[in-house]
Amino acid sequence: MLDIRGLAASINDKPILKGIDLTVPEGEVHAIMGPNGSGKSTLGYVLSGREDYEVTAGTVTFNDVDLLGMAPEDRAAAGVFLAFQAPIELPGVNNANFLRTALNAIRRAHGESELDAVQFLKLARAETKRLAMPDDMLKRNVNVGFSGGEKKRNEVLQMAILRPKLAILDETDSGLDIDALKIVADGVNALRGPKFSALVITHHQRLLDHLVPNRVHVLAGGRIVRTGGPELAKELEKSGYAGLIAEAA
Amino acid sequence: MTTGAIAFLERYQSLIGRLPGDSALRAAAAAAFRTAGLPGGTQQRRIEAWKYTSLRPVAETAFKPDAAPRHEAETILTGLPLLDAPRLVFVDGAFRPDLSVMPTAGFARFAEQPDFGTLSWPDREPMVALNTMLAEDGAALHVPAGYDAGVVQLISIAASDADFHPRHVIRLGKGSQLTLVEVSAGQGTYLLNTVAEFHIADGAHLTHIRLQDEAASAFHISTTYADVEAGATYDSFTLNLGAQLSRTEVHAQLTGAGAIAHLNAAQLLAGSQHADFTSVVGHTAPGCTSRQTVKNVLAGRSRGVFQGRIEVARDAQKTDGYQMNQALLLSPYAEVDSKPELEIFADDVKCSHGATVGELDAEQMFYLRSRGIPDAEARSILVRAFLAEALDAVADDTIRFRLEAAVERWWERQKA
Ligand SMILES: Nc1ncnc2c1ncn2[C@@H]1O[C@H](COP(=O)(O)OP(=O)(O)OP(=O)(O)O)[C@@H](O)[C@H]1O
Ligand SMILES: [Mg+2]
Repeated sequence: MLDIRGLAASINDKPILKGIDLTVPEGEVHAIMGPNGSGKSTLGYVLSGREDYEVTAGTVTFNDVDLLGMAPEDRAAAGVFLAFQAPIELPGVNNANFLRTALNAIRRAHGESELDAVQFLKLARAETKRLAMPDDMLKRNVNVGFSGGEKKRNEVLQMAILRPKLAILDETDSGLDIDALKIVADGVNALRGPKFSALVITHHQRLLDHLVPNRVHVLAGGRIVRTGGPELAKELEKSGYAGLIAEAA
Repeated sequence: MTTGAIAFLERYQSLIGRLPGDSALRAAAAAAFRTAGLPGGTQQRRIEAWKYTSLRPVAETAFKPDAAPRHEAETILTGLPLLDAPRLVFVDGAFRPDLSVMPTAGFARFAEQPDFGTLSWPDREPMVALNTMLAEDGAALHVPAGYDAGVVQLISIAASDADFHPRHVIRLGKGSQLTLVEVSAGQGTYLLNTVAEFHIADGAHLTHIRLQDEAASAFHISTTYADVEAGATYDSFTLNLGAQLSRTEVHAQLTGAGAIAHLNAAQLLAGSQHADFTSVVGHTAPGCTSRQTVKNVLAGRSRGVFQGRIEVARDAQKTDGYQMNQALLLSPYAEVDSKPELEIFADDVKCSHGATVGELDAEQMFYLRSRGIPDAEARSILVRAFLAEALDAVADDTIRFRLEAAVERWWERQKA
């Protein structure tokens, strides 16, 4: 279970998150929506340990451990995965090597044996096939020259291979064609189970049709201003955020 | 015990009459060295070519040329990434036939058939003067016209706390080919001061790979002259990993139309290492191409130096010259000095140069770590990615894998 209490964070002394309270029980998928610049990506970064954000108040526990005290790699080993809104390009780093290094680092942290290149490729090929990705994406440098949609799919591939316990998907649906959207949703649904939870940041109802969330939260001005069931997303699609923000103020 | 230039000059005095080859040439070199001294050493005028590198630590070290070896050359040799190919092994500057695997033909020993070549300038370069004054052994290799000599390894092993001045001359006949893989390693506090020259005749192709993996307290000075004739190629890559102080100096002259020179290098430095890569590429004939990418990875308090000059003579029209120096600083205490220079007297040329200095990208680091890759491993991945482009210049897979493995070992040493 992810438990966020009173979380405040700033960047360059500018407060962005201003007291977030949010609980995602095991096995649940929660959606986060909200206007541009409201702090959604910031929340994802703070949860996964990006160092340029300063946490000024609050606590975050994940399965009873204090996440905020941990290095990013330790959070990953504990099961946290962030699919980046803008995935980073790594020129000179082969995608397959990158994925295998990551998987083996996590396996090592769990005291499991590492996979050799052959074992890994078998696994990776099965996943690329399931995600309808061309095999050559494994041979290319990480995200270099990938189209917008390919980068997002590559994030989903990483998630599928690393099998996190908490997936934070930051607008993974943006820039995807209709088929890809379905594939991404299927990728998340495939991981769904009693030990898996997800925070799905999105601007569109469409993803949530395929990936029905247990709860929908609206983040505005660094705070959760409204929480509801899946119908809240549909309501926002029609009415927008203006009314909500006025109401909360 | 005497140190510095004086010690070398005294040694020369004591050896006069016993050194092989042209004694007048040696006497002239000694006179030049007496005037110039060790760059940065005590008596010094400032030398522009040695602006960023001082040989003061060399001047302050007492080398012991007559002491017995303190280390096993065979053990050091076994530890090297050797290829299954002929090898010419020099231990403490002397050729060792027992450890060598002879190339099919064309090899002669300097000690028996002294050949100082024709390209070097003892009067301009003090360390070349020192070498010319004291050289006792080296390799002369001649590849006949039209012949493909394959791979030949030239290996230097230092096992004593002494100074060595090998002298190599390599000649490639018209249309011939050679891949020369030079590896230098050792143990102890020694000075390796090599002078090598390459004559690459019309249409010949020399691939020259160097792995400098000297002992941590060693000094490594290497001066190379290459004369590249019409349609010939000098394709070189240097990987500098070891030595407390190293200087790799290359003078490449493109003297025939359509000649090509690649002077690529990578230097990985840590602790208080200092490595200087200095090159002069002379375009004297039309339609020649030169390419140079030098990458420095600098950790600790290390210092990387790059000086590169491209000189284009008046008749060298249609010259295509490119030069790039990139540095990756892994520590706030590391330092890089970069001095690229263009000197162009022709009007129809395409020359460009540049330099970049950066640190590891924070976003890339976070991306890797967010996938579970620990900090140190993430750093090593990004450093290797930075080097990948440089190493990709080495076309031969087997050789490139050896270099990559050497980088890997360097990285392991940093962790230890
Ligand atoms: N380095 C920075 N310096 C100053 N402000 C920053 C910095 N990084 C982010 N911000 C600000 O933080 C706020 C929140 O940004 P964040 O990316 O979390 O928004 P978001 O909700 O994800 O928006 P979007 O829907 O557009 O993706 C924005 O106003 C942004 O400009
Ligand atoms: Mg965002």
